[in-house]
Amino acid sequence: MKEPMIVFENFGYKYRSQAEPTVTDINLTIRKGERVIIVGPSGCGKSTLAHCLNGLNPFSYPGEIMGSLKICGHETKEMGIFGLSKYVGTVLQDTDGQFIGMTVLEDIAFAMENDLVEHEELKKRTLAEAKKVHLLEKIDAAPHALSGGQKQRVSLAGVLVNRVPILLFDEPLANLDPASGKEAMELIDEIQKETDTTVVIIEHRLEDALHMGADRIVLMQEGKIVCDATPSQLFATDMLEKAGIREPLYITALKYAGVELTADMPLQRIQELTLSDKQKEKVREWFYQEQWTLPKAEEKQLLSVENISFGYVEKTYNLYDVNFQVFEGEMTSIVGKNGAGKSTLAKLLCGFEKQNKGIIRLRGKDITEDNIKERAKTIGYVMQNPNQMISKPMIFEEVALSLEVAHVPKEEIQERVYKALKICGLYEFRNWPISALSYGQKKRVTIASILVQNPKVLILDEPTAGQDFRHYTEIMEFLKELNRQGITVLMITHDMHLMLEYTNRCLVFSDGHLISDTTPVELFTDKDLLEKANLKETSLFELANMCGLPPKEYIDKFIVYDRNLRSGKEEA
Amino acid sequence: MSAILSYVERDSVIHKMTGTTKLFFFLFWSIAAMITYDTRVLVGMFLLGCVFFKISKLKWSEISFALIFMFTLMAINIIGIYVFAPEQGVEIYGTRHVLTELFWKYSITTEQLFYMFNFLMKYMAVIPVALLFIMTTNPSEFAASMNKIGISYRVGYAVAIALRYIPDVQRDYREISQAQQARGISLGKEEKTLDRIKNSAAILFPLVLSSIQRIETISNAMELRGFGKHKKRTWIMERPMVKRDYIGITLGAVVMIISITMMFVNGGRYFNPFI
Repeated sequence: MKEPMIVFENFGYKYRSQAEPTVTDINLTIRKGERVIIVGPSGCGKSTLAHCLNGLNPFSYPGEIMGSLKICGHETKEMGIFGLSKYVGTVLQDTDGQFIGMTVLEDIAFAMENDLVEHEELKKRTLAEAKKVHLLEKIDAAPHALSGGQKQRVSLAGVLVNRVPILLFDEPLANLDPASGKEAMELIDEIQKETDTTVVIIEHRLEDALHMGADRIVLMQEGKIVCDATPSQLFATDMLEKAGIREPLYITALKYAGVELTADMPLQRIQELTLSDKQKEKVREWFYQEQWTLPKAEEKQLLSVENISFGYVEKTYNLYDVNFQVFEGEMTSIVGKNGAGKSTLAKLLCGFEKQNKGIIRLRGKDITEDNIKERAKTIGYVMQNPNQMISKPMIFEEVALSLEVAHVPKEEIQERVYKALKICGLYEFRNWPISALSYGQKKRVTIASILVQNPKVLILDEPTAGQDFRHYTEIMEFLKELNRQGITVLMITHDMHLMLEYTNRCLVFSDGHLISDTTPVELFTDKDLLEKANLKETSLFELANMCGLPPKEYIDKFIVYDRNLRSGKEEA
Repeated sequence: MSAILSYVERDSVIHKMTGTTKLFFFLFWSIAAMITYDTRVLVGMFLLGCVFFKISKLKWSEISFALIFMFTLMAINIIGIYVFAPEQGVEIYGTRHVLTELFWKYSITTEQLFYMFNFLMKYMAVIPVALLFIMTTNPSEFAASMNKIGISYRVGYAVAIALRYIPDVQRDYREISQAQQARGISLGKEEKTLDRIKNSAAILFPLVLSSIQRIETISNAMELRGFGKHKKRTWIMERPMVKRDYIGITLGAVVMIISITMMFVNGGRYFNPFI
């Protein structure tokens, strides 16, 4: 057995501001060269554990350590944050927020500068590190101007310069589109193999994280470790489902088909998976069961975007000649890589910016000249981060804000706010302070504050980014319910699950062009289109091929089955 | 879309100078302008400042917003001087040439106008150089250059990061205010003053919160990478001083010396054309 790098013994951590410890009874040993993924629903204590590893706990967020945590043989409470930084390199979740340097070069050099490395060596090592993460040609670029995947590589290089034996990733995939996420995991894989580093990843996008393969998955719930097993061992159980963590899609599909999964099957990646003929037969049987179809939306035109072109700066266009229609009662996703023009489109629809060419019609009426305020009466916009929208301390006040500034009579305000709060399931909380709510609930407050204006269309920017499966389901089921009540929903997203599970139509943007107006199933079986949108194939595709089934129909079936199961659960 | 008052990349001699040079130059220049009320020196400095600005290849449009802002402040300042000390010029120059009597203690005198003109010129002499310093110094060199003149690198970094976040905060502001406008919260002229103040709170509240979040993330990121471990640190962007840097610093020093010399020549801080 290799030497232990991280040893938790009866470990617990209690923040100074909290009455109860956030994590307790942690016993976990991670050895040199191991790859461990820590999963768990939001609030399970996985971030606390990560902060204990890199020293932010207790040195930045004061609190009390119980038991013992040894890193490379040293007790962490005696080390300090700087001492720990020699052993543990942390890549934070927020790829934008963690850049310190103005350029890639400076950002990579930052840790060495603090270590008083002299100029010549500083330059040499920085360039070597940039080369390792394939960023040499971007060395003078501002980190903010890079793509999501490139940003991640800069952060990684900035940590690698310290030549640390342990790499800690705090939700590395949260802000990445699927293609960049895949790329990031491949890079981590490559670096781990090269240096035999110990890698600890905190992540709830398990299928994507497992792309690089893992020795163990540690499942946390309510501050405790509930499972510490190999991926195959874990997938053979129903523990993930119970904990509210999304299993890889092919695992779900196999379980739907009634294939019995055992710990000795290579379950951790679809590429490694082999199925016996009997198991394949089971998948086929499931596929040929009775078919369900999705109800089709009524084709009543609501919004019409005609020949829209727009550029923030003269002569450079962010959108070129975009044409599409939105029908009443639709739930549609707008997809494409960063900078493809998705957010710009939303801004044009809401009247935040004005197109240079083209017309936007609402139910046939040209609304191009309507200002933000007028558009808001029919088109509501919900920002990605609810904290950027909330401006009042109390829930009622926040939701009532737009009506109050419009001098709506008091009784009507109360009536409309209560109605919006009821729709959003927040009525019982109406007199609560917003600070007492969870992230998902805050998101609903922002949606309620828009709904109160009775819009016909809701545009949401990344409604589920960074959410765990439970919150994801909560937000999406809520949106589905709104949709059922007649509100048309447009979502900017790169969440593949969201597209597959909740939308019937995808508008795909690339470099300012609307390159495809299609269904999620068509999208996920079109390799070329996926690449242009920075998405990746789903594992269902491979599973279908493996079992000799037509992928398109198979995915379609899976979606319908899955949706029916969900709504069945909901009704029960 | 361009950010107000932040570093603008150009290929010019001034951009090529090290941050330390520009900081020293800026300090000398400011001292010179602060000491003197000598019109000739101030006008000379102003003209020279404009020449430097030309050399830096910055564009008028890049500073127009900042200038309007500063001119507004200057106007308020000048009006304030007149309101509170309408006879300041007379006191300083010792003569009183009345142009028109207004009311009560207020009258317009040549001396007061001249004094206020000089006051204005002090600003005008410093503004081009100050703008140049901010807009041609790479923020990462900022910290390094402040460190060079003995200021703790932590302070230097705090300033550099604050400057670097200006565009981000501006973007946040724009996004938040657009989303709030969609809720009918506007800062436009059609609103009453009281409403406008109330409405601006609705934008500032989330803006402040999101900025605090940014600060927390960045300070964690810095600490995790060893920031503040030692009393000193090195800088990858540090560049050796070359001939043009020494010329720059010397020029700044010369201007300061001229300013001080003129103090002795004039027998005080003021140049008096009235005697």
